[in-house]
Amino acid sequence: MDPLFLARLQFGVTTVYHFFFVPLSIGLVFMVALMETLYVMKKKEIYKKMTKFWGHLFLINFAVGVVTGIIQEFQFGMNWSDYSRFVGDVFGAPLAIEALLAFFMESTFIGLWIFGWDRLPKKLHLASIWLVSIGTILSGFWILTANSFMQHPVGYTMANGRAEMNDFFALITNGQQWVEFPHVISGALCTGAFFVAGISAIQILKKKKVTFYKLSLKIALVIGVIGSLGTAFSGHGQAQYLVETQPMKMAAAEGIWEDTDDPAPWSTFALIDTEKQENNYELNIPYALSFLSYSKFEGSLKGMNTLQAEYADKYDAEMGEGTNYIPPVKTTYWSFRLMVGFGMAMILLSLVGLWLWKKGKLESKVFLRFLIPAISFPFLANTFGWIMTEVGRQPWTVFGLMTTADSVSPNVSSGSILFSIIMYMAIFTVLAIVMVYLMVREVKKGPEMHEQVDESVSTDPFSKVGV
Amino acid sequence: MGLSELWFVLIAVLFIGFFFLEGFDFGVGMATKFLARDEKERSIMVNTIGPFWDANEVWLLTGGGAIFAAFPHWYATMFSGYYLPLLVVLLALIARGVSFEFRSKVPHSRWTSSWDWAVFFGSLLPPFLLGVLFTSMLKGMPIDQEMNMSGGFSDFINVYSIWGGITVTLLCFLHGLHFLTLKTDGDIRSRAATLAKKVVYAVLGALVVFVGLTWFMTDVFQVRLVPELILVALIVVAYVLSNVFISRQREGLAFTMSGLGLSFTVLSIFVGLFPRVMISSIDKAFDLTVYNASSGSYSLKVMTFMALGILPFVLGYTIWSYYIFRKRVSDKEHLTY
Repeated sequence: MDPLFLARLQFGVTTVYHFFFVPLSIGLVFMVALMETLYVMKKKEIYKKMTKFWGHLFLINFAVGVVTGIIQEFQFGMNWSDYSRFVGDVFGAPLAIEALLAFFMESTFIGLWIFGWDRLPKKLHLASIWLVSIGTILSGFWILTANSFMQHPVGYTMANGRAEMNDFFALITNGQQWVEFPHVISGALCTGAFFVAGISAIQILKKKKVTFYKLSLKIALVIGVIGSLGTAFSGHGQAQYLVETQPMKMAAAEGIWEDTDDPAPWSTFALIDTEKQENNYELNIPYALSFLSYSKFEGSLKGMNTLQAEYADKYDAEMGEGTNYIPPVKTTYWSFRLMVGFGMAMILLSLVGLWLWKKGKLESKVFLRFLIPAISFPFLANTFGWIMTEVGRQPWTVFGLMTTADSVSPNVSSGSILFSIIMYMAIFTVLAIVMVYLMVREVKKGPEMHEQVDESVSTDPFSKVGV
Repeated sequence: MGLSELWFVLIAVLFIGFFFLEGFDFGVGMATKFLARDEKERSIMVNTIGPFWDANEVWLLTGGGAIFAAFPHWYATMFSGYYLPLLVVLLALIARGVSFEFRSKVPHSRWTSSWDWAVFFGSLLPPFLLGVLFTSMLKGMPIDQEMNMSGGFSDFINVYSIWGGITVTLLCFLHGLHFLTLKTDGDIRSRAATLAKKVVYAVLGALVVFVGLTWFMTDVFQVRLVPELILVALIVVAYVLSNVFISRQREGLAFTMSGLGLSFTVLSIFVGLFPRVMISSIDKAFDLTVYNASSGSYSLKVMTFMALGILPFVLGYTIWSYYIFRKRVSDKEHLTY
């Protein structure tokens, strides 16, 4: 088998898997920090129970997120050594800063939080979980700075046969970053919110600890509204930026072969024939694509055929004649639609939830039943969003600078990569089973079980007793 | 000193930090199978490193990230060249990391003991393989003109590299035992001290053989004779002192000494490499050095500002967290892991 294919498969598998845990960690720890804040401010025991219960679920998830993240840092060098040589000067810096600024903070303060319940004063303990939350968000910021460079390279110059950084400020103020980062963080908030909402719904339906879970659900709904509307607004910003910087990805995401009419309609469904380069059936919403792309009801978009010709003029000299600049169209088109669809469903659900809450009908069985499958919505939306972003950028790893085919390690055999994929898949399967088992167990145990801490002993960390 | 040399020093510091810190929690992980008599003792041991192991591991991740950022060619050559050993390190670290979190979640002895095996192998394999990796780096690996390394089986696995792996593993094991004398009480504490007094001889023996092999297998002593001899002397002194201190129940000082021993050992590897970062066994001209493998000066400048700005905070809160959890761990209190 082709090492390039296997390296891509491995990147897809390990990154998608890792990114099940990352957004849940970011979203959940934010909510746990919020719950502990409520506990410290209102001094009500229920908020402490909440912090501990959801905190336990967070920790199980966080552990898997941390360990699967190590693969990410190693695999750029292991599978993509030519990529690392070419962009390391620019791309390595945000990764190193992520480790220095975010990983140390996360890992130290999570230790203080887990083990510090009876050793830290309440406010310091609360500060610890907020620092973990800030750490996860900072981590997202720096890794997305690196990713944004791949989508829209800025702040670099070509020297010594590679991309070299010449403007760090440009790198962190990359327009791409400032639409991508809020989008990912909002998505993460949704993930935490719908996780808490779904589990709460299950327990309310079972009539278990209804007060506890109803309160959890309310917090989840507030975060859900903020998160889902946030993803929509930042997604809109991202689409506009896409039209400017990566029009080919946008054209592929919309299945547009020839330039559109003005105003451009948004395609909700199309049967795409990539060989004939045409769509056999289309169901369009008029004006919508113009609005999505330009925030007004006019303006047309370039089609893939026009862009292919433009890119050929621009890049063929270096890439060779006849290079195909069109990404896998169907994958890009459908993953975009699935992402948007699940995102819309989340907006609808969280707004309906708020409305029911206001009406005092939060225990509506129909609504609660909808929330259970909705646990999967943010995971699916996150995954399809990344597939659209990364597949839609093909054939490039760094847009306009380096192709995926040129990025792969030349000295690693397909046997090695295949072996590592099998090993990762095996360990991922075990981890998934164990994690789900543990989470279900924790949920069944319920919030009450975690009240083992005796607060009367040694709350003062600075006392000399027992040192 | 130019920026690329400074970054070589910073990376050495990060790896010294890694081995000093994660070294003892690897050692504690190994000791769970050699020292603990039952599940309760294993729990106590795991809980001594509970609040720390995750942050300790970040030193490795930061070291890797710093190599990527400051020396992209070093990163690319090393990580693609050592593909399979690094894969095993990754799998071991994955298994180990979740084991700490999962082991006490279900109160069945089969469940706990399965994860404890993962803790053991997850703590044994990484120092061994990293030892193999650094030793073979000192000896030189087949790196071609394009900076790509394609080693055969014997390049990775030979007497010298295996001995390097064993030595590093033993150093971590001893360091872990000293940590246990510092963080436990009663029976475990005294047994850890007794075992440490024996292991130190194995450590010194392994080091003597390792130095001998290094003399013949590498050019380290030709290139840096005086500094390396000084370092060897310091390493021996550190381990001898660690034994003196542990015999006098000065556990903190003994731990510091085994930490210094590990630190000097890592330092001697970096001193031996400098100014090379990867040595080619094919041709000296193909060596990667701090000069031909580094990032541009702008990138290094940015990184220097960031690192010097952030590291003091990292050190500050790291030390604070060790201060908060300075108490000895016993089963009289609630064990989190």
